[in-house]
Amino acid sequence: MSDKLKLSDLNSILKDLDVESLEGVTIEGDIELDIQGGGGMNPAMAYALGHEAAQISLHVANIARMLGYPVDQLFAQCLGAGGETAALQAEPAIEELMQTKFDVARSSEWNTPIQEVTLGATSADGGSRGHTITLGGEKAMPFYFDAEMPNRNYVTMDVFDMPISMAKSVKSNYEDVMGDPAEWAKKVVNEYNADMVTIHLISTDPLINDTPAKEAAKVVEDVLQAVDVPIVIGGSGNPQKDPEVLEKAAEVAEGERALLASASLNLDYERVAKAATDYGHAVLSWTQLEINAQKELNRKLMKQCNVPRDSIVMDPTTAALGYGLDYAYSNMERIRLSALMGDDELNFPMSSGTTNAWGARESWMKESPLKEDSDWGPREYRGPIWEIVTGLSLALAGNDMFMMMHPTSVQVLKEITQTLYGNIEAKTPDITNWITAEV
Amino acid sequence: MKINSPLDAYKYLPGTNCGRCGEDTCMAFASHLIDRSKSGEDCLPMVEEDKYAKKLEELEKLLAPEIKEVTIGTGEKSVTIGGDDVLFRHKLTFFNKTAYAYDVTDTMDDKELEERINTIQTFKKFYVGEFLTLDMVAVRCVSGKPETFAETVKKVIGLTELPLVLCSFDPAVLKAALEVASDKKPLMYAANQENWKEVAGLAKEYEVPVTLFAPNDLDLLKSMAKTFAEMGIEDLVLDPGTFPTGRELKTTFENFLKIRRAGIDGDGEIAYPIMAVPLTAWMAYDDDVSASYWETVVASVLTVKYGDIMIMHSIEPYALLPEMHLRDTIYTDPRKPVTVDPGVWEVGSPTADSPIIVTTNFALTYYTVESDIASNKIDCYIVVADTEGIGVEAAVAGGQLTADKIKKTLENAKFDLKEKTNYNTVILPGLSARLQGDVEDKVGSRVLIGPADSGRLPGWLEKNWPPQNK
Ligand code: B12
Ligand code: SF4
Repeated sequence: MSDKLKLSDLNSILKDLDVESLEGVTIEGDIELDIQGGGGMNPAMAYALGHEAAQISLHVANIARMLGYPVDQLFAQCLGAGGETAALQAEPAIEELMQTKFDVARSSEWNTPIQEVTLGATSADGGSRGHTITLGGEKAMPFYFDAEMPNRNYVTMDVFDMPISMAKSVKSNYEDVMGDPAEWAKKVVNEYNADMVTIHLISTDPLINDTPAKEAAKVVEDVLQAVDVPIVIGGSGNPQKDPEVLEKAAEVAEGERALLASASLNLDYERVAKAATDYGHAVLSWTQLEINAQKELNRKLMKQCNVPRDSIVMDPTTAALGYGLDYAYSNMERIRLSALMGDDELNFPMSSGTTNAWGARESWMKESPLKEDSDWGPREYRGPIWEIVTGLSLALAGNDMFMMMHPTSVQVLKEITQTLYGNIEAKTPDITNWITAEV
Repeated sequence: MKINSPLDAYKYLPGTNCGRCGEDTCMAFASHLIDRSKSGEDCLPMVEEDKYAKKLEELEKLLAPEIKEVTIGTGEKSVTIGGDDVLFRHKLTFFNKTAYAYDVTDTMDDKELEERINTIQTFKKFYVGEFLTLDMVAVRCVSGKPETFAETVKKVIGLTELPLVLCSFDPAVLKAALEVASDKKPLMYAANQENWKEVAGLAKEYEVPVTLFAPNDLDLLKSMAKTFAEMGIEDLVLDPGTFPTGRELKTTFENFLKIRRAGIDGDGEIAYPIMAVPLTAWMAYDDDVSASYWETVVASVLTVKYGDIMIMHSIEPYALLPEMHLRDTIYTDPRKPVTVDPGVWEVGSPTADSPIIVTTNFALTYYTVESDIASNKIDCYIVVADTEGIGVEAAVAGGQLTADKIKKTLENAKFDLKEKTNYNTVILPGLSARLQGDVEDKVGSRVLIGPADSGRLPGWLEKNWPPQNK
């Protein structure tokens, strides 16, 4: 736009306007007015503008707005800015993109990295694992651009010390190894690419087989023999029996740096913690969807039981998709955000019992019990994706380690979390013309 | 929102505590403005009296969500997207759940088109008292021909009231479709670096919302958004590109995070709803199941983190069900109580011979149980104990579901089992089996233990009801 405006032009632009409305208008701006000659000046106009007009520069847009008249168009016309069409539109037609840069700040609130916890011990550290796994270390929410994520997510697959009932599509993968935990462990590591193995000693439950702790510990030895990945040792969930079972298991696994699952507020967590510290293991601090309970238990483990910070992993509880995942998701997200902002009682890696997804009826029922529902389709495909989506959403909330069951779920969850982690090279399709893609 | 405390909002209110908004005080009303459960227009004096007009206008500006809301479609089925104020759902809640659009093309034959559209518009899944459903149809121009595309769009409009996304980068194609569809207020897809001028012209001419597509180029995306806004086109949706695999997918994810963070942090030039196109997963995988799985995975990631609208291809139930549930998970208002009223409620038309089943007042539990029964046309009474909104298993563990509670529920409802029923028997959830003895003692009835999952109740009742002896 020309930065000189002739008053005669202004005059002609404004001559039909009701000059009354110019009263009280202050003209401001930095455009110099170039007054030529004296002829043709509308006297009313001259009055309204007074001699100020001779000196004051004015801003075209400003005047337009103050007057409340569509002078913009008139200006545009007389200044030759837009031609016919531009004059008719309220907004200017734009010929060139208004170039601007996108910019966003990195988070300044996340200043405390998550504690790193290493599981498994190789011969160099007095164990017999082929490799170790390190959880945690994040300085930002998962996969965010604010800071590099130092360690990827890991999957530990469930192995049970006795045949158990499970969804059909899960069971079909394990029929040949059920009843032989060592073979089961081999299968998940060698065939299903498990990073770790969780051996659940559920037969120790007094209401199931009441297997003595000593005997259960043998199963742990068998599993340690069978595979060389780091392991998680789980009890039966019976709060009376678990401390004893975990003690014995910890003893036979001495030096292997296993994760003991779990210490919780409703059992003798001191005994579990002591088993961990005595035999060099880490402990899983399990609470049920309650951030304050999680702080309390972690505090007790650290202060009362002297568990070192590098030996605590949390399980804040996983509720399945459609069965309370909203609680589980926000609980984890809140825990992780508080941790990054410096809450040292929550500053630990997290683990999810993603297997819980198989408790949701959508994952295992043959069809909907409701006649009004649309057909649910084959459950063989429904189950695994239920486990994937449950785990994946928690990965985005900050979860580090996943306890899982279905081989397909494990494979896909690993693929997506490692893609977001930046570990997967793949030639991605050219999407510029996705609209016409044949799919 | 530019303000975040009730005190800030209060300053703009009349301060007369007249109560016409349904709140006792202006201050109480102000706190509802901040949690967005009420809007400025609910204060009638402000709307009616001229002297408040200016304040109301200022207030509404301050209360406007950081991310602009865009409405697509007309009438009951129209969808509104955007409108968020926070980056994490627990900080308030996420508004306007992600709109899910599924594609059709202008090269499909009539039968295929009809079938797909029918699935999209009728698919439903009961959940907590209502049905989860799908929202939109995206029509892709594959033919490249304006007439063909317009023809298909016309057919689609004849088949469904769901709002549409009209997909083509060719302004002539878009124009042909808008000629037949603009009164339905479809979303135009899309303006890009090459066609933006023409598409902007169409958006103005037909007054429809428009998507801006700048694959992995946030500078360009923002430049386009700024330019369109300058032209007076503000019903914008941003598509930074959905690259389905590899490092580019990581970048896609980061782009979504960046755009939303910038928007919430106050960069108004990019504070628009974001579109994802998980459909691109189908360009990366050949077999249907893998493609469908991966599409669901990409959709899940971008539903959790900031996708406001997305276009997908798979209409297999194993893709739709998790997608709908995850969206519900993320968009459920974490502040809302999740209870139903306790009491003894009838399902169908129960008689003295009908079963009496006990459950909790946690909405998820109640509606699951109720629908399992109602859907199978079983007449019965449901005794809904006040467990403070806790489900069966947690309520038994936490002591909210007890024999006393069940007894109290019956008493409060003046429901005398001996008088009103022939069997004096109640059925407890399988997961509360341990209450059996206690309930027998306190309620003075017989107690049967039902299955763990109420989905199995109909089959179980067939075998176990009526009870053998009275
Ligand atoms: C979400 C959840 C919570 C939420 C509860 C939210 C809510 N509003 O209920 C919160 C965070 C509050 C919570 C807290 C606790 N929880 Co909790 N929680 C869960 C979780 C993850 C899901 C439960 C759920 O919502 N299920 C879905 C609903 C619909 O199921 P439902 O109510 O049982 O209904 C089904 C059946 O019971 C049946 N049914 C219902 N009615 C009827 C009626 C008849 C006649 C029949 C036949 C069937 C039937 O059909 C329904 C549909 O399938 C479970 C673990 C899991 N299962 O995944 C743990 C779980 C239930 N919690 C548990 C515990 C221990 C607790 C706490 C005690 C933890 C603590 N120490 O603080 C507290 C107790 C809180 C309280 N009571 O005040 C344990 C219970 C263990 C046990 N068996 O004793 C569980 C199983 C976790 C575990 N493995 O340890 N929890
Ligand atoms: S209607 Fe308006 S003036 Fe009256 S109490 Fe409510 S907020 Fe205050």
